Amino acid sequence: MSFDFLTDENRIFTNLYGQKDRSLAGVKARGHWDGTGDILGKGRDWIVQEMKDSGLRGRGGAGFPTGLKWSFMPKESDGRPHYLVVNADESEPGTCKDREIMRHDPHTLIEGCLIASFAMGAHACYIYIRGEYVREREALQRAIDEAYEDGLIGKNACGSGWDFDCYLSHGAGAYICGEETALIESLEGKKGMPRLKPPFPANVGLYGCPSTVNNVESIAVVPTILRRGAGWFAGFGRERNVGTKVFAISGHVERPCVVEEAMSIPFRELVDRHCGGIKGGWDHLKAVIPGGSSVRCLRAEQCEDVLMDFDALSALKSGLGTAAVIVMDDSTDVIKAIWRLSKFYKHESCGQCTPCREGTGWMMRVMDRMVEGNAAIEEIDMLEEVTRQVEGHTICALGDAAAWPIQGLIANFRGELEERIKAKQVGRVSAVAAE
Amino acid sequence: MSTRRLAPDAVQPASFAFSPENAEWVKTQIAKFPEGRQASAVIPLLWRAQEQEGWVTKASIETIAQTLDMPNIRVLEVATFYFMFQLAPTGENAHVQVCGTTPCMLCGAESMVAVCEKLIGPAHTVSADGKLSWEEVECLGACANAPMAQIDSWVKGGFHSDYYEDLSEAGFEKVIEAFRAGEYPKPGSEKGRFASEPLGHQTALMGDHTEGVNASVAAALAEDAA
Ligand SMILES: Cc1cc2nc3c(=O)[nH]c(=O)nc-3n(C[C@H](O)[C@H](O)[C@H](O)COP(=O)(O)O)c2cc1C
Ligand code: SF4
Ligand code: FES
Repeated sequence: MSFDFLTDENRIFTNLYGQKDRSLAGVKARGHWDGTGDILGKGRDWIVQEMKDSGLRGRGGAGFPTGLKWSFMPKESDGRPHYLVVNADESEPGTCKDREIMRHDPHTLIEGCLIASFAMGAHACYIYIRGEYVREREALQRAIDEAYEDGLIGKNACGSGWDFDCYLSHGAGAYICGEETALIESLEGKKGMPRLKPPFPANVGLYGCPSTVNNVESIAVVPTILRRGAGWFAGFGRERNVGTKVFAISGHVERPCVVEEAMSIPFRELVDRHCGGIKGGWDHLKAVIPGGSSVRCLRAEQCEDVLMDFDALSALKSGLGTAAVIVMDDSTDVIKAIWRLSKFYKHESCGQCTPCREGTGWMMRVMDRMVEGNAAIEEIDMLEEVTRQVEGHTICALGDAAAWPIQGLIANFRGELEERIKAKQVGRVSAVAAE
Repeated sequence: MSTRRLAPDAVQPASFAFSPENAEWVKTQIAKFPEGRQASAVIPLLWRAQEQEGWVTKASIETIAQTLDMPNIRVLEVATFYFMFQLAPTGENAHVQVCGTTPCMLCGAESMVAVCEKLIGPAHTVSADGKLSWEEVECLGACANAPMAQIDSWVKGGFHSDYYEDLSEAGFEKVIEAFRAGEYPKPGSEKGRFASEPLGHQTALMGDHTEGVNASVAAALAEDAA
């Protein structure tokens, strides 16, 4: 199989690793902020249509088409201001891509904020970055200041006649604030508790005004898409799964990394080309969580020729999520790896709905015992049943996110769960369980 | 969810005021938000109070409530909801936050936790010499550089916070002991990686390097030079 790897000429993030000149002059020399005023001159409708044609699907996890989302904003203001809110909360375990954009290629994001805000009739944009990203916040603020000083944003941004302000604010350590309505609550100075939808943010968002929440990567790719054309972007990947994508690969590969590749790259090519393969060789692969902690894991044999895109992974009942690829080799106690995620969700539940607040704690406690094998075989089905009761019965998707990793474990590694329980029952600790 | 409460009155200072520079800075934060929406600045203000005092005191909560024209209870809710707010004093030199979530766990986070237990003591308590404290935290968004820890410190004068990445046990021990001794070790990858490129075999964005260190390390070094 030969895959057309993305070449540097087609990379949107020309300085993802930050090794090249990070000054505004260096950024411009690499082609960013080029003709931005002319892009705005083509008008809102053109921009939104071009984004629809590009096929870009949101990079924050859910994969909702970006152009379509923008078109939900009111065409005319009813007197309320419109807002773009950039989700820079990046807290999904495994995900570390927006960090590299913000500290090393921040102007891609700020230019995208201007264009996206203009396209939605917003004169102001708030970027909400996770509190832990202290250095990233500094880098981003520096870039915002540079853009103001250069007249790229502010009054008459890029000479377009459009006034645009870009503000940076931050959280203080709460995964739930990545959920878009929790983020809005947090930005308003409250606890990050998700809102019931509807109303959707496009009607009632930040300060009760029409708002759109987009992921950092979704916004940062916009200027290059508009400069090079929707067709260029849509030329990578498969139908409905197009574009370039920043992947983050962690865990048991020889060389973990963050890399921008073409969408729909086969998992195996991604790992072999950019990560030096699975630790110890392909035969040592045991499981992969392909899209950040909130999706179901895959078994090694499912990874043999799976493509890294939305549709291929959802066909396997998993998901592309944030394209955070967590690799586990055969030394891994996979039960414990999933247990740690259960602990995460229990810690991060905001507590406002009962199935999630109680369910995440309950699931974690059962997982505590599964790790030890301290359970009855029937409890595996009971655990599965409880994940079904949480899934789809909560205000936000954190409930689903807590349920799916466990469902994936049971679907793919039931034998291992049973074996550990049996080993415990006969008082013999198997090699795996001894870990 | 976990329940977090303020420290007992016995350790609470009687009052709080932002330093003159911080008081100026507070105005710039409030100015980011529309009129009447000053509550939006509550997280940045609480964070600045923690940077100044080392932790979030009851007095700082009340002062910030007044500054932002919010009921005390609303600010208290925010202070207890967000995990980065330290509600009790931490180590005088540094507070170590080891990431323990699955991607880091796969790469040895449990050994890093053991290092902290050995060198500092139990989590959420200050070491016997008063210098250090630590806790296990959830994914810090640097998983391709696992295992890693974020260290908040006051040893340079004022508050600073950096990521220490690609850690080995021995390397992490050195970092912690340096903070104990009042030094500020260079942050970033222990393995000498520039950022998050594949170690030693870069496969993308080839060409000349013009920058000496990544943006995060550069920011830390710039402070040292200042
Ligand atoms: C619990 C939870 C956490 C989330 N965390 C993030 C996050 O850190 N960053 C992000 O961009 N989206 C996150 N999302 C998705 C957002 O709700 C939202 O869908 C996304 O920001 C939309 O941007 P996009 O359309 O550009 O993908 C999270 C969702 C949930 C349910
Ligand atoms: S599902 Fe969980 S995190 Fe989401 S609103 Fe309900 S309790 Fe909060
Ligand atoms: S799991 Fe440790 S940084 Fe993400």
